[in-house]
Amino acid sequence: MADLTSTFCGITSPNPFWLASAPPTDKEYNVRRAFEAGWGGVVWKTLGEEGPPVVNVNGPRYGAIHGADRRLLGLNNIELITDRPLEVNLEEMTRVKKDYPDRALIASVMVPCDADSWKNIIPRIAETGCDGFELNFGCPHGMAERGMGSAVGQVPEYIEMVTRWCKESTDLPVIVKLTPNITNILYPAEAALRGGADAVSLINTINSITSVNLDAFSPEPMIDGKGTHGGYCGPAVKPIAMNMVAEIARNPATAKLPISGIGGVTTWRDAAEFMALGAGNVQVCTAAMTYGFKIVQEMISGLSQYLDEKEMALSDLVGKATPNVTDWQYLNLNHVTKAVINQDDCINCGRCYAACEDTSHQAIEMSLDRTFTVKDDECVACNLCVNVCPVEGCITMKTLEKGDMDERTGKPVGDYANWTTHPNNVAAVSAE
Amino acid sequence: MTNSPLTPGITAGRLPEESYAAQFSDLHPVLDDHEALVAADRCYFCHDAPCMTACSTSIDVPLFIRQIMTGTPEAAAKTIFDQNILGGMCARVCPTETLCEEVCVREIAEGKPVEIGRLQRYATDTLMAKGIHPYTRAEATGKTVAVVGAGPAGLAAAHRLAMKGHDVVMFDARPKSGGLNEYGIASYKAPDGYAQKEVDWLMQIGGITVETGKKLGDGLTLEGLKADYDAVFLAIGLAGVNALRAEGEETDGVLDAVDFISELRQAEDLSKLPVGRNVVVIGGGMTAVDAAVQAKLLGAQNVSMVYRRGRASMSASEYEQELAASKGVQIFYNAAPVAVYGEGAVEEVEFEYTSEAGGSLKGTGETFRLPADQLFKAIGQTLDGAPEGIEITGGKIAVDAVGRTSIAGVWAGGDCASGGEDLTVTAVSEGRDAAEDIHAKLMEG
Repeated sequence: MADLTSTFCGITSPNPFWLASAPPTDKEYNVRRAFEAGWGGVVWKTLGEEGPPVVNVNGPRYGAIHGADRRLLGLNNIELITDRPLEVNLEEMTRVKKDYPDRALIASVMVPCDADSWKNIIPRIAETGCDGFELNFGCPHGMAERGMGSAVGQVPEYIEMVTRWCKESTDLPVIVKLTPNITNILYPAEAALRGGADAVSLINTINSITSVNLDAFSPEPMIDGKGTHGGYCGPAVKPIAMNMVAEIARNPATAKLPISGIGGVTTWRDAAEFMALGAGNVQVCTAAMTYGFKIVQEMISGLSQYLDEKEMALSDLVGKATPNVTDWQYLNLNHVTKAVINQDDCINCGRCYAACEDTSHQAIEMSLDRTFTVKDDECVACNLCVNVCPVEGCITMKTLEKGDMDERTGKPVGDYANWTTHPNNVAAVSAE
Repeated sequence: MTNSPLTPGITAGRLPEESYAAQFSDLHPVLDDHEALVAADRCYFCHDAPCMTACSTSIDVPLFIRQIMTGTPEAAAKTIFDQNILGGMCARVCPTETLCEEVCVREIAEGKPVEIGRLQRYATDTLMAKGIHPYTRAEATGKTVAVVGAGPAGLAAAHRLAMKGHDVVMFDARPKSGGLNEYGIASYKAPDGYAQKEVDWLMQIGGITVETGKKLGDGLTLEGLKADYDAVFLAIGLAGVNALRAEGEETDGVLDAVDFISELRQAEDLSKLPVGRNVVVIGGGMTAVDAAVQAKLLGAQNVSMVYRRGRASMSASEYEQELAASKGVQIFYNAAPVAVYGEGAVEEVEFEYTSEAGGSLKGTGETFRLPADQLFKAIGQTLDGAPEGIEITGGKIAVDAVGRTSIAGVWAGGDCASGGEDLTVTAVSEGRDAAEDIHAKLMEG
């Protein structure tokens, strides 16, 4: 069984699976249960200033998107940071860290955007024995209206400034949690780096309205007839999160900045994908909120098995796919594939036909006896048939070898060539 | 002491009185909302869906299931009724395992089809429970149509004709409308008076007058109808029953299975309905299964179903055969009746084993006897009471693809007409299509 021990920006945990700062890490009771279940670390639910804590709504806090069989695909929340007194949280963190010294305990922090607020609270929290800090510049709802959370995360200068204050206040690692509610993730990531951040974590939740109550005509979750935008997370946001992780990982300026990957991690496979794109570890929330803490056992066994099968160490996995994330312009335009339908696996539902005939390239033939076959002279290899087919592996893409005839273009498959040298590209660079 | 399954002879009340309701309750209870959503989620929304093709009324199954999935079972019901106004009954009685569900791609993929029949029932029950009849009549045409027979074919035709604005008079020999839905199917397939509820719901279209106690040759003549109406639709079913052609067939206790089923369906109190301790049903169709299973449910100790050919030839589906077996009916294959024995009433039936070679059936010479207090014949029904001069083919009224008979102005559909299987759903499609053709003909001017 592969060793999953993870060291992330100097913080060691028995595995790379941390619980993200969120309701599952709100208090001692939950965190103890999480550690007992096997989680490698937790980012404690975001701490705020001393004094009267924030309050939460007393109506519903979550909205959801469901897939088939009501499987939860996306969750949105309007919950704020911890609504328990700072002192209570600090006492609980101290006790938990003492009892679980091998687990990572990270303090998530969000206080008003002035130097005193940050410089006062960071040393105080450090007394708990926590392993590091995560600066919450991400939450897009509620706290942002008060100039915190994503209101900071959307202004690179603020990120840099606050990160610097924190680095001046502690020797512990400082992780900056980024909001995806921006135009280009590299600006905030680079700002964090300039401010001295030891790592970034992303993504925080995405601004969203998950559904509208069509009787009351209000967004859900509905509070007394009104709704507000909330933070979207869960499996639905994973593609967005992975792109942002990859962008930071392949950007020369930030390539060495450790990344804690967050966003829809539900299984070991999701975690492996994030790590292959450059995340040093992952944080999980929605999957735990959907299925409970026990899922980490599948994540541990799955990732171990995968690493064993690949004969890789955990550290080998991190960034393994990063070099293969490129720009569109460098993709090989002479890589020609054709869809192939395996007739033994086909259940004749005809979804590939409907998709191709109605919305794509009319490249699938349907016979009177419902046999579906690909017309190679029409197939542009868009992959839509593969994606809509309900039987995994029934439709595959066959790669034509160099020299093979592409029946669609009537030309043999040539050598690697991309858009930068393509004759249709007016900005093409001469290949000579 | 009260009676029990062991009480000799033919007697009522073999079971504790309170158990009859449970015995004859819904075979497949209606899906609840959650179950319906889970079941609907499994549909792949196939292109040119095989289920739709397998349905003789061509219900748009993927569409109605998607409508259920999106929380509009009422719209789903409308999709069903547009094609099949008796979609509620068909959802209950259709042998879906040999029709839509047999060809479901998930049956092919996993051996577990989408539960189309139960989803159809969920949709139609939802709309009907709201008392909504989603159709209105077109402007009156002034044309009149006589529909003879108020079974599935007649009802479907009458509804479609009334919707088109014609005035319909529907005749039936029996005291109630519904035909086999009311008199001819097992009670657990449509409990709680569903057949009549459906008729009442259907009649909300208006423009249909029902006259019961009338049939051709008994109060009605085709000539008279042709003279009084602009068109005639015959949906008279198969009123005759095939003979056993076994010695002693006239013995008391030898009955038609359809009569037993009908009597059972109309019984006010099943605990008062007599049944034998030993019951033998001869035949291999759905009627045989319905009779055998219900005899067992009434408390008969031993019920046997005997079919002269092999399992594969049986017209009752595998599912129906398994249902019978699960209720304790013993099924004998490849045995034909030879003689019925009994002093005054049936006591024993003798069968000879058969073998099939090249399609022909031959006795093997080996015989066996089964004790029987009642012997139900379920070896097929025959056309009875067809008007004189009408062309008959294969024992049925000859019709073309749209139900026209050899006599101008006279259409026919359902079991009495040639073509198609003798199923409720087939009768509905034939009634509907004949109505469309009648309408087109009447509006020619």
